[in-house]
Amino acid sequence: MQEEKKVIVPGPAGYNPQPAAFLGVDLPPPGRALLYGEEVDEEVAMREAAKAMLTRKNPTIFPGPLVLWGWNAAAMEKAKAVLELAMEIPNCRIIPMPDYRPKYPKIDPEAEINPNHPNLTILHNKIEACIFVGVHCHYANLSLRMIRAGTNCFTIALCAEMGHEDAMVSLRDQHAEEIRKFKDVLVQVREELSIKWEPKLPPENPSLPKEDWTKVTPFDFGEYAALLMPRKGEVVEESE
Amino acid sequence: MPEQKVVEPEHLLLEAPRERKFITGSQAFAEAVKRANVDIAIAYPITPQSETMHLVGDLYAQGYLKDYYRAEEEYGAMSAIAGAVRGGVRAFTATSGPGLLRGLEAIVSWPGHRIPAVLGVMTRVVNAPLSIQPDNVELAYLLHSGLIVLHAENQQDVFDFTLAGFPISEKVDVYLPVVVATEGFFVTHAKGYVELPPEDMKLPPRDPYKAPVPPTDCEIPPARIQRDAPVQKSNFMSYLIHAVWQQEIWAANERSRKWIKHFLGGLVEVVNPDAEVFIVASGCAAAQGREAQRYAELEGLNVGLVKVKSLRPFPTQELRDTLKNAKAVIVPEHNIVGWLAKEVKAAIPNSGIVVDGPRVYGGMTLPVELIMEEIYKAFGIKKEKKTLV
Repeated sequence: MQEEKKVIVPGPAGYNPQPAAFLGVDLPPPGRALLYGEEVDEEVAMREAAKAMLTRKNPTIFPGPLVLWGWNAAAMEKAKAVLELAMEIPNCRIIPMPDYRPKYPKIDPEAEINPNHPNLTILHNKIEACIFVGVHCHYANLSLRMIRAGTNCFTIALCAEMGHEDAMVSLRDQHAEEIRKFKDVLVQVREELSIKWEPKLPPENPSLPKEDWTKVTPFDFGEYAALLMPRKGEVVEESE
Repeated sequence: MPEQKVVEPEHLLLEAPRERKFITGSQAFAEAVKRANVDIAIAYPITPQSETMHLVGDLYAQGYLKDYYRAEEEYGAMSAIAGAVRGGVRAFTATSGPGLLRGLEAIVSWPGHRIPAVLGVMTRVVNAPLSIQPDNVELAYLLHSGLIVLHAENQQDVFDFTLAGFPISEKVDVYLPVVVATEGFFVTHAKGYVELPPEDMKLPPRDPYKAPVPPTDCEIPPARIQRDAPVQKSNFMSYLIHAVWQQEIWAANERSRKWIKHFLGGLVEVVNPDAEVFIVASGCAAAQGREAQRYAELEGLNVGLVKVKSLRPFPTQELRDTLKNAKAVIVPEHNIVGWLAKEVKAAIPNSGIVVDGPRVYGGMTLPVELIMEEIYKAFGIKKEKKTLV
């Protein structure tokens, strides 16, 4: 692709850059993809995304609630496909976006990413290529825009819906089967680049304590316990 | 009520056979709601909206809607619509003039909270002294809040825009409220021919899980964001999140263009695209503009019409393309401030060709002769004024 055709490229794009939609980038129809803001064949975009994840520093996958939580069989299958993809990317990390609540007083950027300040996780971990998958579109768009504004990260969106203009690569209608197809393309590109790698699981998230699910109680959910177990007759003496 | 079968929006709006009826604008709103698989309607009565919501109440009594109630006032009505939509249902409401302004704080929060709903606005004077007459100055207040704003010329538009409003509003890449505005009384209380698809068909139900935000869970944003938000803090992070959030609303507004084209054939309708002089109008003024264009054609004058169907998103490129060779652009309006003339001037590079007016307000009708006077001026034709004694 010619340089002048690249509308959406890794940043930092500046203090408050225009969203891609204002720059004339349209979401592609089914079967097509976005690469640097231009509509292209899906496989062309997949190859460029694979190259970024294989050659840029600290490749990371950010799975959102639609992948992390086992809402239904499709979500669980998609989660498996994401893990299979992660295993094929050398030194890939997985940092979850488990929910969309802002994290105060301070996020642990090694443990999670948050759509209200995703740049903190990117910058702390020096992530130069990342994949968003299973994040609701509104929050993915906020994150992708902030990342493009303030970091040099190459962003890839594997969207179950129509895609994201602010990602450098946007693939639409991505479910388990399509993610596995992307994995196959990635393995092919990896071989073309002569990168040796044996599939293995990404490292454990260093900040998460070991969980023993056999002993978990509602009180382990801390301030969220009340959401799980509303108590009859409960009197709230202090509001937040 | 007849048993209704679910059909795709494309079939209902673009393919299904249509039957001609002679109905009011209020009835056209109700006929659209009847076929839109609406779950709930909530409103507070105000003239000239009352008749529409009365008819929608009748639909509830007939079993077309699952719930319907009269709120205590417009702020409550519009807040309740937000709650219902967040809870996962499809909702319709409507208001007019002062009612719109009373509900405005809640309404302008809908886009940021990603509330897909359809709001009928039957325009009415908002200024003191009190009047119930048609005047669309209130639409100026809606143009900068992120909502999609469609402006209906006649009863047919009211039906089509309202029915199309639901699928446009609920597209995952849009997910914004759609306003269907039309002039109170001139359209709502007057009859016109409307081509209607069968009443035994309806849109598919809303799927709240096909959404860019999670539904129903009021403990996470966008619901939660109101009371535990970075936007309430004073630091750069909170400014940044609000900035990109605002950008997302307007990006979503941009994305609605393709769906407006898909369901309604475009953001504008152009009559005589090779004209020398154009009338650019929206809503009821477009009907008068259409008549003026016809009169001009009968007199051998090369006049065209651009009817603006969508005020937000605004058809900037369409206007630039159509008006690039125009020598004058006349913008008739039903308000004193001339919000459409300002929009047109801002959209085209040679704004000096825009004629401010004619404008009527306070309930006045817009005689075609007023537009003709501007057309004659644009062509340098001097007409003698006749004085009737």
